[in-house]
Order: sequence, then structure tokens, then C-alpha cells
Amino acid sequence: MSGIPLVYYLGLAVILFSLGAAGVLIRKNALVVFMSLELMFNSANLLFITFSNYYKALDGQILVIFVLATAAAEVAVGLALMVAIFRSKGSIDLDQMNKLKG
Amino acid sequence: MNTSQLFALAPWVVLIPVIALLINLIVSGRLGEKFAGILASSAAALSFVVSILLAIALGSDPMGSTISLGTWINIGNLSIDWAFRVDTLSVMMMLVVSGVGTLIHIYSIAYMHADVRLNGDLKRYTRFFVFMNLFIASMMLLVSADNFLMMFVGWEGVGLCSYLLIGFWFEKGKDGTANAAAGKKAFITNRIGDFGFLVAIFLIYWNFGSLQFDKVFSMAPMVATAMPGAALAITLFMLLGVTGKSAQLPLHVWLPDAMAGPTPVSALIHAATMVTAGVYLVARSAPIFSQVPGGQTAVTWVGTITALFAATIALGQNDIKKVLAYSTISQIGYMVAAVGMGAYVAAMFHLITHAFFKGLLFLAAGSVIQAVERGEEAAHSEEIDPQDMRQMGGLRKRLPLTFWTYLIGGLSLAAIAPLAGFFSKDEIVAYASANHAAVFWILLIAAFFTALYVGRQISMVFLGSPRSKAAGHATESSPTITVPLVILAVLAAFGGVLNLPGLQWLETWLAHTFGTVAPSQFVWLVALGSLALGLVGLAIGWLIYGRTPVKVGKPDPLKKPLGFIFTGMQNKWFVDEIYNFLIITPFNALAQFFAGPIDLGSIDRVANGLASGTQAVAGGIRKFENGFVRSYAFWMLLGLAAIMTYFILR
Repeated sequence: MSGIPLVYYLGLAVILFSLGAAGVLIRKNALVVFMSLELMFNSANLLFITFSNYYKALDGQILVIFVLATAAAEVAVGLALMVAIFRSKGSIDLDQMNKLKG
Repeated sequence: MNTSQLFALAPWVVLIPVIALLINLIVSGRLGEKFAGILASSAAALSFVVSILLAIALGSDPMGSTISLGTWINIGNLSIDWAFRVDTLSVMMMLVVSGVGTLIHIYSIAYMHADVRLNGDLKRYTRFFVFMNLFIASMMLLVSADNFLMMFVGWEGVGLCSYLLIGFWFEKGKDGTANAAAGKKAFITNRIGDFGFLVAIFLIYWNFGSLQFDKVFSMAPMVATAMPGAALAITLFMLLGVTGKSAQLPLHVWLPDAMAGPTPVSALIHAATMVTAGVYLVARSAPIFSQVPGGQTAVTWVGTITALFAATIALGQNDIKKVLAYSTISQIGYMVAAVGMGAYVAAMFHLITHAFFKGLLFLAAGSVIQAVERGEEAAHSEEIDPQDMRQMGGLRKRLPLTFWTYLIGGLSLAAIAPLAGFFSKDEIVAYASANHAAVFWILLIAAFFTALYVGRQISMVFLGSPRSKAAGHATESSPTITVPLVILAVLAAFGGVLNLPGLQWLETWLAHTFGTVAPSQFVWLVALGSLALGLVGLAIGWLIYGRTPVKVGKPDPLKKPLGFIFTGMQNKWFVDEIYNFLIITPFNALAQFFAGPIDLGSIDRVANGLASGTQAVAGGIRKFENGFVRSYAFWMLLGLAAIMTYFILR
């Protein structure tokens, strides 16, 4: 940790987050969108840990555990939803979920 | 027994009809026609009994009493009670309203039985009696009120009942709208009068600080000297109310159209009771009017001119009920003239006898109309107007009982001695001869016209030979109809004893309310003169119309000698046309202007613009709601980024 400057960690986190966000926005496949979401989560987690170490405070690490737990629950719900969608639509293409358009 | 305890019964004159009408409403005809009719009639009769008890109590304690049921309005200085005033004037009116009302209710049991069958809606039988009882209750409220506002409630109530009953067959009449239009016309015309009365009430409260009769009347002399302008305004606005309710010039136009209602309605509301409410108002407010000579003069002249004006129109009508309607306007003109001159007792006397003989005439006319309708059915003749006197004739033999009662009513109306109308009309004319020469002569001419149109009507309806198949097959009405006729005929014949010269019971009775009244005179010259005039009028009427009966399509025999004057009489002196031209057409144009350019053009355009603007904006915004989750996410991200940028850069 001592050798690598803080900005590298932050840069990595930003890159990870941007990749995730781009994935969410661009990809049509719901599974890939999920994976991109996880990427965004983890970039946030990376930031938590970085700053926790930088400030020598444990709060960030605790929060990461929370985020992991929440993300796991979220994935469970999301996958269940996806299974349900697949059953009714025969596909998990997100662009076909457009019934709510005005 | 202490009879003054009977005063506490006063509220029941209003409550009994209300209870009866509620029962009729709830039962709503499920127990049959007989039940509805008898219940309503007995309610009216019970009211009459209560009125008699009140009169008995007044006999021993003539100063009367006020029965308060509790406070109605209490705001600041304004305190108004539900209070019933029992004095000789109000009880006299109660007796007339409920007495004549009861007879007309009984008559209606049979009349409406036929009427609902003719018009093909049996369910309206109960409705009719509900309205009639509501009318009795409102009229009782009007005459028994102890303050102007409560009186106004009754005043509006009777106006409502009048409207409801004129439009009773609202889908009938010419083009299916004539009856509804007649009701509307009555209501709107009355509204103008009610506005006058309401303004008078406001002015009274403003200047007297109270609406309670005794308080106002005791302050009247003081206010009249301190503020003569206000007092004059009060009387003139009251006069406007009187012209509306009592169908005097210039607001008389509604009453002839009101004949669209069933005949018992015409008898009860538009002849015997409601239309005399204006006379009662002036008589009740006598302490105010007697302080304002200008107001009195105005009232006198409105009544006098109306008396002559309407009598001339009555001569030119061919509808049996229209003749009676104009006759009613004319006779109320006499009463209004009398109260204007200060002859309150004479006016009240004429009010009573008029209720008898005009109620009788209308009921008898109803009997004639239904007889002709029955004749029409029996003869299978072509459809005729059963109210057109030109289609009648010779009914004397077919309807003997109706004829004799009609004759008594007609002669009483024409003021032939010794019938009731002679004494009451003579009292007014005699008073005028002593005080207002011009009024006297006009009333005398009106009396001549009265006799003339009575002679004409009786000749056209009952004398000669039948001029239509229907009239030839007419049959006499049932006892339920003829018995009230006979009772009213007896009253119309002998009602004069109430205030017979020399006895003057009514005068002594009413003196307790009016205080000192000018004693009525009996001037032999005037009496004999007007009697002779009446007989001459009847004779001329018979000579012209009895010998050469008018037929449909032929001009009236008076048309030739009188020329355009008779055209005026036939066309009601074109008052309706003048009003149409002066008021209704410009008013409609104004309404059109407000409806078109103002409402549709401006107000609606703003409202519609707002709506279509919203729609256009929404149409633009809805493009964002394209259903693609990823696009939503993109906008969310963009928004988030924008917010973040703001927080960082600020």
C-alpha cells in the first residue's frame, strides 16, 4: 500500500465504475447488465477500502461487508426476476421489456 | 276553560299539512288514490278546525298572542324567531285559506282522478296532493308569520308551489313545452316581485333595526317623519312585491299563463289565496303604509288601473279559464286599490268573498271542462279544445247543478245584490266615492266591464244550444265535485252577512288588528248605481252573446263596433308582445352575446388553450418514457452526474 499512490486506486475505481455503467447502459442481455452492476458495486467497494486504509479507519471495511451482503441479496432477487421474465417472455432481452412506455 | 290556551295551537296550522304531505311522500301512492286524497283533504280540514279554535280563542281575547317556537337566526343585533302571530287578521286569513282549501282538496279527489287518467300518468295523483298540502303549509306560514323574514319564507313557498303546480303536466301543452314555459314565466315574473319584497325587508331592517311586526310598526311613525325617503322606498319596493305575487300591472302577465295548471290549482292558488297575498302584505303593513301617503297613492293607482285594464281583456277572451284569470287580476286590482286608499276592512271583506265566488267559478269551470271532455269521449267527436267557450253552449240543461252554482258565482262577481260580491265591492266603491273621485269612476267602469264579461261568459257557456257534439253529450259531474260547488255557492251567496251594513261583524273583528278603522259607509246612491250598472252590463252581455252565439272561425260580435279596441282586448293589449320586444329579445341577445363571444370565444378559449398546451408539453415529455430500461438508466446517470457536478462546482 505504501508504494502505490492513492490516485492509482481511485483511477482504477473510476475505470471500473465507468466500465460497469457503460455495460449497464449499452448491453441488452440482462445477465451482462447484472454483471456490469456488480462491477459498479465493486468499484465502490474498492473506494471504501482505499479510503479506509488511507485514513486508518475501519468504518469503510465494515461498510464493504454490508455492501457485499446487500449485493448478494440483490443478485438473488434479480436472478429470480430474470427467471420469471424468461418464463413469460422466452427471452431476457431488456429491450423487449418496454410495456411501460408512455 | 281558559280559551287563551288555545293560542298555543297556532303552529299546528302549518305542521298538520306538513305531516300529511310527508306521509303521502313516504307512502307515495302505495295505499291507493283514495288514501292520498282523503289524507290530504283531512289535513286541510284539520288546519281549518285549528283555525276555528284560534278564532274562538280570539273571541274571548281579541288582542291575540304570539307563539314562539324558538330562535331561528341570532347574529349580532339581528334576532329572528320562529314565531306565529295570532290576531284577528291572521286568523281571518287562516280561515279563508284552510276553509276554501279544504273544499278544493275534496273537489280535487274527483277532479284529479279524471285528470290523471286523461293525461295518462296515474302516479301523479299523489304528487298533486303533496304539492297542495305544501301550498297550504306555505300559505299558512305566510299569514301566520310574526316577522317579515318568516313571512318571506311562506311567500317563497307559495311561489314554489305555484310553479310546481302550473307545470304539473310539464310535458303537455303546445309543442310539449307550453306548460313548462308557463311555470317558468310565473316563477321568473314572481322573482322580480320577490326581489322587491326582499329589498323592502332589507330596508326595513336597515331603518328599523328589527323585522318583528310589533317593533317595526310601533316605530313606523317615527321613521316616516325622520326618514320620509326610506319609508317611501320601503312601501314602493313592497308594492313591487305585491305586483309580482298578486299579478298587478305591470307584472300581471304570468297569471293568465298559469291557467296551464289543473283547475283546482287555478281555484286555490291563482284565485282564492296565493294571489291575494299581496293584499294581505299591504294590510299587514298598514301601520307603515298609513304613514306614507305617496306609497298609498301608488298602491291605489296600480290597483285601480289593473282593475279596469284586466276587466277589458277578460271581455275579449274565449278560453273559459282565461276569462276567469283576467277577472281575478281585475278583482285583486279592486282589493289593492282599497288597501291603497286605507280601506283595509273593505279590502279584506272583498278578499273573503272573492275567495268564495272566484274559487266557486273556477271549480265550476273545471266541472264544465271535464263535462265537455266526457261529452267528447261519448260522442266520439273530433278533438276540440274543451276550454274554448265557442265550442260550448246549451250546457244549462246538461249540467243543471254546475249551471246554477256558476250563475251564483257569476252574479256575485258581477256584484248583483244581495250576493256576497255586491256588499264587498260596494264597500270599496263607496269608500272611493267619498275619497278619490277619479278612482271611483274607473272602478265603476271596471264594474260595468265585469258584468259584461260575466254576461258574455254565462251566455256562451250555458245558454243557447250546443255548438259542438261534445257539448251536446256533456254529463253532470260526480257529487265529490258538485258538493264543494254547492257549499261554495252558499258562501258566495250569503257571504255578504260577514260585513252587512249595520252589522259590520268583520269590521269589529278586524278593528282589533287595524286599530281604529274608518267606518265603512253604505251610500244608497252608489250601491243602487253600481247595481244598475251591473244589471245593464249583464243584460248587454246576454243581448249580444246570448242571441248570436260566437262560433269558431267567426269574428266576435263586438269586433265590428269596437274595431281595433276589441283587437287589443283579444290580444291582451299586446303586453306580452311589448315585453318580448322591450325586455326578452334584448335580454336573449345579451345572453347570446355572453354565451357566444364571451363564454365560448374568450373564457372557453383560455381553458381549452390551457388544456391543449398541457397536452402538447406532455406529448413532448412522453418521448422520454420509451419503455427501454437502459434509456431510463442513462437519464438517471446523466441526472446524477449533473447533480454531482453542481455540488462539486458550486
